[in-house]
Amino acid sequence: MNKESNLYTFSFAILMVLVIGIGLAVTSELLQPMKKKNKADKKMIDILSAIGVDATRTNANEKYVEYIYDETIIDYQGHIIKGSAFDIDVLFQYRDKTLNPEDKKYPMFKARKDNNEYVIVPMVGSGLWGPVWGFVALENDYKTIFGAVFDHKTETPGLGAEINTDFFEVPFKGKHIINTKGEFVSIEVKKGGAEEGNIHQVDGITGGTITSDGVADMLYNTLIIYNNYFSSIKVDSLVVDSANTIDL
Amino acid sequence: MKKGFFTKQHQKLISDPMSDQNPITIQVLGICSALAITTQLQNAFVMTLAVIFVMISASMLISILRNHIPNRIRIIVQLLVVASLVALVDQILKAFLPDASEQLSVFIGLIITNCIIMGRLEAFAMGNKVWESFLDALGNALGYGWILVAVAFFRELLGSGKLMGYEIPGFSYLYEMGYMNNNLMILPPMALIIVGLIIWIQRSRNNELIEEN
Repeated sequence: MNKESNLYTFSFAILMVLVIGIGLAVTSELLQPMKKKNKADKKMIDILSAIGVDATRTNANEKYVEYIYDETIIDYQGHIIKGSAFDIDVLFQYRDKTLNPEDKKYPMFKARKDNNEYVIVPMVGSGLWGPVWGFVALENDYKTIFGAVFDHKTETPGLGAEINTDFFEVPFKGKHIINTKGEFVSIEVKKGGAEEGNIHQVDGITGGTITSDGVADMLYNTLIIYNNYFSSIKVDSLVVDSANTIDL
Repeated sequence: MKKGFFTKQHQKLISDPMSDQNPITIQVLGICSALAITTQLQNAFVMTLAVIFVMISASMLISILRNHIPNRIRIIVQLLVVASLVALVDQILKAFLPDASEQLSVFIGLIITNCIIMGRLEAFAMGNKVWESFLDALGNALGYGWILVAVAFFRELLGSGKLMGYEIPGFSYLYEMGYMNNNLMILPPMALIIVGLIIWIQRSRNNELIEEN
């Protein structure tokens, strides 16, 4: 057969693509269970790190079961909906531009550590070059931040990329997302440094303003939705409290 | 080429790209990845291994197929072979070395665009037998790798005060004396400067490498 004929060229190309396509598809399928497990382990490690528990890939599952006692999904208005919260990929939802905030599902994870209860909220937003994400743990007053971890895909090293370091994350601890009047205010990531004693602000990163703002927007946009749920259960517990008082 | 399993010419196929024909310092190919992933020694090693695997497999495959590949689509075929091997490496890393895979992220995918690989396929594997192609690929991948590792060594040591992610014992004393890690080391320009220094050393030792104006 003439090697330079059109028929040969096309046949060669088609055969080549078929062989390689099938080969890659089979490999990907075979490795799927492992890739899934790695992804799940990483997610558990991230969730646990929000409440200050250090887990490794080998003990992630064990520790997750030890500390996380409940997983819940809420909708945009804060109503609980059914489903597996762990399987919801918030990054995937965030990237799907056809999905409105109203249609997204909002997972949260309830943890118990040293006899205290925490709720851990996953979140995604946009940094300067790509997505930023994080997990924020709130105490059971639903306004005090117990811990926060952030990460990013491609922020600038030394600047925006610093959001995943202690220097940025630790100051979030103890800050309030609700002001004294009971209004939702989120946490401001303040350029030039947080005001002394302000419990709704943390220091921004010098030279990483867009990433800092991205984190602040992410916190605001996410927590405002979860706050719908938090305020509903706070009202519930008030009702229960007053009912108890009447009984007494 | 002379007959024999491992002749002088064979040896040169490996040794030349390590020194006087180095793909990075002499041919200035594959610079993008040399810049991007050399902040940590471990990443440099994983990247080197990935490139060695992709390059050797691609060279041998192309060499086996060289008499059957239609000339008009040869570049596409080479690209297809490299791309599928890279996809394979990416899958394997995700399954077995998830942390390394996360850190190297897009750069594994970018092995496809590493000019060294395509360059060797087109310039060598298309016209030589499998064994020679294997040696040529190995030599070039190692030539690429050692520069990567050398650059990463200095960048991690001086930029983060660590090697392979571990703290260097003596550094705590240096910190007390006021030593600070050099943040510039972590930024991309420093990779270029270190590569530049290696080029300088290499050329000062071998005058033949210096171009005449």
